[in-house]
Amino acid sequence: MEKVATRHFGQKDSHLLINYIKDDGYKAARKALTSMAPPQIIDELKKSNLRGLGGAGFPTGTKWSFIPQGNPKPKYLVINADEGEPGTFKDKYILELDPHALLEGILITCFAIGSHKAYVYIRGEYIKPHQAFQAAVDEAYKAGFLGKNIMGTEFHLDVVVHPGAGAYICGEETALLSSLEGGKGFPRLKPPFPAVVGLFNCPTVINNVETISCVPPIINKGAEWYAKLGSEKNGGNRIFCVSGHVNKPGIYELPNGTPLRAIIYEHAGGMLNGRKLKAVIPGGISAPILTPDQIDVKMDFDSLKAIGSMAGSGGIIVMDETTDMVWAALVAARFFAHESCGQCSPCREGSGWVYRQIKRIYEGHGTPQDLRNLPGIVNNIGGNTICAFGDAITMSVGSYVAKFKHEFEAKIKKEVTV
Amino acid sequence: MFTADFIQELDKITVKYDQKKAALLPVLHHVQEKDGLITPEAEKDVAKYLELPVSHVHQVVCFYHLFRQKKQGKVHFAVCETTACALRGAEDIIGYIRQRLNIKPGETTPDGKFSLEVVECLGACETAPMMQCNKEYKGFLDKKKIDELIEKNK
Repeated sequence: MEKVATRHFGQKDSHLLINYIKDDGYKAARKALTSMAPPQIIDELKKSNLRGLGGAGFPTGTKWSFIPQGNPKPKYLVINADEGEPGTFKDKYILELDPHALLEGILITCFAIGSHKAYVYIRGEYIKPHQAFQAAVDEAYKAGFLGKNIMGTEFHLDVVVHPGAGAYICGEETALLSSLEGGKGFPRLKPPFPAVVGLFNCPTVINNVETISCVPPIINKGAEWYAKLGSEKNGGNRIFCVSGHVNKPGIYELPNGTPLRAIIYEHAGGMLNGRKLKAVIPGGISAPILTPDQIDVKMDFDSLKAIGSMAGSGGIIVMDETTDMVWAALVAARFFAHESCGQCSPCREGSGWVYRQIKRIYEGHGTPQDLRNLPGIVNNIGGNTICAFGDAITMSVGSYVAKFKHEFEAKIKKEVTV
Repeated sequence: MFTADFIQELDKITVKYDQKKAALLPVLHHVQEKDGLITPEAEKDVAKYLELPVSHVHQVVCFYHLFRQKKQGKVHFAVCETTACALRGAEDIIGYIRQRLNIKPGETTPDGKFSLEVVECLGACETAPMMQCNKEYKGFLDKKKIDELIEKNK
C-alpha cells in the first residue's frame, strides 16, 4: 500500500531538509509557485477529495475557496497542531519526523490562498515536536524556501511557530484564534466564518497538520491519484491512532474506508491478552462509542456518520470485556468537565452536573431517578452552546448511557457486571 | 521589573507577531521558564511590556493549565488520567506515586523535590500509561519506572 503522510517515517534523519529534498522535497512547491495559478491549485485540491483530518472532515479545497478574493486585508493560514483529542497522537509524529512535508504544504497553501503569513499553533505540552518543527523552519529560511523571493519568485512567506498553554478547547478553530490573539481560549459564534473574519479579523484558513502534509504529494502526483487511494468522497489515506486494549497500540496509515475490524484485529495486533472486545471509540473521545456488532463499519467520514458516530480525529480507543462502562463513562465525563472553557452556561454547568451524576452512580449511591435524569441533562447541553464541545458531551457521554444502560442499572441495583 | 536584557529577549518573540498582544502566551512561557512560575509582580510587568490591562494578563494566566501560580517540585510528575491511559492502569500509577511520595495530586513534597499533578490527555496514548516529567514524556509506566525516577532524583 502506498503511504502518503507517513512515507518518510522510519527513514534515518527524516526530519532534515537534506533528506527531504532527496525524495523530491519542495518539488511540489516549485511546481505550484512557478507553473500553477492559485485557482488551479484549489481546483486540484477539490478534485482530490482531501478532507480535514483534524476531525471535522470538511473538504479542504472548498475551505480554501471561501477566502474572499479582492479583499485588501492580509490573509492568514493557521495550522492547528493543538492535538488534544483523547486517543489522537499522529500530528506529533509529523512535526517530529517529517516537518518539511508540513512546511512545503504550508508554502503551497499560502500561495493558493494569497497569504504571506502562517502561524503554527502547537500544544504547549509538545515541547520536543515544537523544537523539531522550529528547527525545520530555521532550515527552510536558510535554504530560501521561506522569507522573501521564494525559489526566485515574487512570493514571500513568514512562518511563526506558536506555543499553546494546555487548554483542550484551543483545538476548536475559533478558540484557537482567540488564543492566538493573546486571549483566553473562548470559541466564537459562526458566522462570520474564519474564512471571512478570522485571525486579527482578517480572512483565515485553519487546517490540521496531517491535512496540509498531504498537499505536496497531491500537487506532485495529481488529484486523481490521491482520490483513488480512499473511498468515495473520502480521498486518500489517513493516520489512524489505535490505543487502549490492543496488542500493538500505535499509528497506522491506511486508506480511508478500511474496516474498523481490520484495524483492530490485523493492524493493531488484536485484543490484549486475547480478551473479547466490549466497546470502541472510533474517532477520539468526542465520537459516540461503538459496540462489537458495529465494527465492520468502514472507517471514513460518511460511513461512520451513517451509523450514528463520527470519524473525528482518527483516534481509536479499544476497550475489552473487563472494562466497567460506567467507569469509562465517568472518565469521559471527567475529561469534559475539566476541559469545558466555561463560556456557555449549558456546557459549564452541565459538564460538571453530568460528571457528578455518573460519579454518584459509579460509587453506588445512584437512584433509578438519577438514570432517568441523565439523558435529559446530557441532551440539553448539545445544540445550546457556541461551539461543538457541548455537542461532544451529548454525543459521547450520551452514547455510553444509551448503549450500556444495563451496566448503569446494575450499578444502581448494586449488581456486579465485570 | 524586567531587566533590559530580558526585554531584549522578549522583543525577539514579539517582533514575529502582527499584533503585540498575540505574543502574550509565548511571553508568559518565557517568563515562567525564567522564574518557574508566574507571580502577580510578573503579571504586572508583562502587562506593562505588552501594553495590556493587568486583569487581562491575570485572566489568561488563570485560564491556561500550563501557567503556574505556585512553584512545582524540582521533578514534576504530570500523569495522564484520560481514557487510553485509564484503560492501561493510570489509576494504579497515580496511586503508587501518591503512596511513594506521600502527597496528593496538586501537592509538592516538603523538601521541594517532587510534585504530582493529574492531567488530561497529553497526546501519547500509544505509550499508555504515560506522564510528562518536567519537559519529557515518559511512557509505558510501571512501578519500577516510577521507583527509578524517584531514586534518581532524590
